[in-house]
Amino acid sequence: MNYQTDLKKYTRDFLFTAYRGMLRVRKFEEKAAECFTKGMLAGNIHLCIGQEGSVIGSAMALEERDFITSTHRGHGHCLAKGAKTDRSIAELFGKSTGYCKGKGGSMHIVDVDKGILGANGIVGAGIPIAAGSGLATKIRGTDEVTLCYFGDSASNQGTFHESINMAAAWTLPVVFFCENNGYGVSVPIGKVTNTDTIAVRARAYDIPGSTVDGADVLAVYERVKEAVARARAGQGPSLVEAMVYRWQGHYCGDPAAYRPKEYIEEAHRKDPVALFRKRLLDEQAATETDVTAIEDEIAKEIADATAFADASPYPDVAEAFTDMYTTDNERCIAR
Amino acid sequence: MSKLSISKAIREGLHEEMVRDKNVVVLGEDMADMGSVFGITTGFLDEFGPLRVIDTPISESGFTGMAVGMAMRGLRPVVEWMYDDFISCCLDPVMNQAAKIRYMTGGQVTVPVVFRAPMGAGRRNAGQHSQCLESLFTHIQGLKVVCPSTAADHKGLLKSAIRDDDPVVFLEHKLLYAKKEELPDDDDFLIPLGKADVKRPGRDLTIITWSRQVYFALEAAETLAADGIDAEVLDLRSLVPLDWDAIAASVAKTHNVMIVEEGVKRGGVGAELSAQIMEDLFDELDSPVCRVAGANTVSPFSPPLEDAVFPHPADIVAAARGMFA
Repeated sequence: MNYQTDLKKYTRDFLFTAYRGMLRVRKFEEKAAECFTKGMLAGNIHLCIGQEGSVIGSAMALEERDFITSTHRGHGHCLAKGAKTDRSIAELFGKSTGYCKGKGGSMHIVDVDKGILGANGIVGAGIPIAAGSGLATKIRGTDEVTLCYFGDSASNQGTFHESINMAAAWTLPVVFFCENNGYGVSVPIGKVTNTDTIAVRARAYDIPGSTVDGADVLAVYERVKEAVARARAGQGPSLVEAMVYRWQGHYCGDPAAYRPKEYIEEAHRKDPVALFRKRLLDEQAATETDVTAIEDEIAKEIADATAFADASPYPDVAEAFTDMYTTDNERCIAR
Repeated sequence: MSKLSISKAIREGLHEEMVRDKNVVVLGEDMADMGSVFGITTGFLDEFGPLRVIDTPISESGFTGMAVGMAMRGLRPVVEWMYDDFISCCLDPVMNQAAKIRYMTGGQVTVPVVFRAPMGAGRRNAGQHSQCLESLFTHIQGLKVVCPSTAADHKGLLKSAIRDDDPVVFLEHKLLYAKKEELPDDDDFLIPLGKADVKRPGRDLTIITWSRQVYFALEAAETLAADGIDAEVLDLRSLVPLDWDAIAASVAKTHNVMIVEEGVKRGGVGAELSAQIMEDLFDELDSPVCRVAGANTVSPFSPPLEDAVFPHPADIVAAARGMFA
């Protein structure tokens, strides 16, 4: 792969953090798939295996005080923004120790204290929430940036147009970050969209728009960093589109027969985790011992997290009736 | 006490809350320069500035969703939909986001947003601008639903709704805006959500109602009094939370119940209340629960047609006479 980025600009710590982050997401997703296949998880899950470069590159461009909104394919985004693996897996298991006490599940991992305003089960619903978060920042006169994750197909929801239009008109500090994996469930984006990219739509709102190779975590980082700096400086929103591959079907267990085998072959050639590992070694940024140490560390973290989730109790049935309303909860539920 | 129109009472309540709490912001179509189509925010732009009084584009889904994000970040947005009928354009941020987020995050975050919406028939606005949709909102778990009648109730309940940490749908009947009534001068005058009000005490019949139909029920009660039927008018004021204790107390006194609503009868709030009364207060009843409600048809434009499809005092009187015949 021809890299447009220069590894030498980065500290060892940064590069290791990027590798650790991508690997954490990859291993988390692989573990989730394994648990799902074994029947340990109820419902359904949407995995972001293959998209780790865009997930980690974008999140590393944010500060701790910044915010994100995420999607149904959101495990990676939440981990990247600081959610813990143990409480995240516990949420997938529907356990009381999960981030949402088991009331949200896979599509709704949230850690508001970490600036995660929620993954979301409705395609495109996070986009106005992100714009609203940006408006809150502007009203308050503070400087947090909100990064809005969404997929290629969410760009065909009305909320995409409405929210970006307002964010642009009001110069809100938001980065609209599209992960274009080429498919909305089974439908290729090109079949239902008349532009070659999603980023070109930025022109309609007179804001910067560009595409970036999602297989290069550093390229994503650099592009999002620019957009974040612009937002933080009060210059308004940008639209960044990372070109990525979704290794799995739409949901775990989807045979995805609708995709040509060339897509899968290309996806594996552009494996962001393997490519970055190879690059670290090829360019002498890390030794085999270094990367193995990170891999062992993540393997242990995931194993411990899974054991924690497995050992955690299910919520008490009474929990089904808490957290509906802040005030007058019991009466609002009773009648 | 001062005398104000109901629209001015709403304005006053909103104004007081914006003065009291800088986190309260208003957004919606025509809210700033125009001061909203019903004059609710006249003068607000000059006083509070464009960051707190926001003219949105005609993007109901977008700005309603943005209000959810703003509320999650600690603001207290008060959104106006120009007509409650426009909920059709922005149901997701209300139903799947605002109403669900607190629960689905395990209580990590609250969504203190108020959705204000004018509703109701009688202005010859035809079928897309005349609906009473409170039953649609009460069906969505996670929302509170308020439908006031008097000027004082509008003001006191709006102030409580803004201070409430849950999403509240606040439905204002358009035909009430011009009505002038006495209002307490106290700028901390609050009416709690979920507290019904006996607008007229009576011994023989409980008329459960809300919003504009409260006035029609009161008018009907005077006519019925001449017939020797002493009707109690119970104004629910909020539908979620529901003041069940007030309903039970009134039914235990009169043993006869009529539910009056402007919204269409099928699937209406009255259907739900009727079922609950049957389930829990059956032994108190001397007669079947009677419902007077909007016809299951579209609100027509032509005045004589429109007047024929939603309840008027005469309909309430006729139904009550039928109960006691």
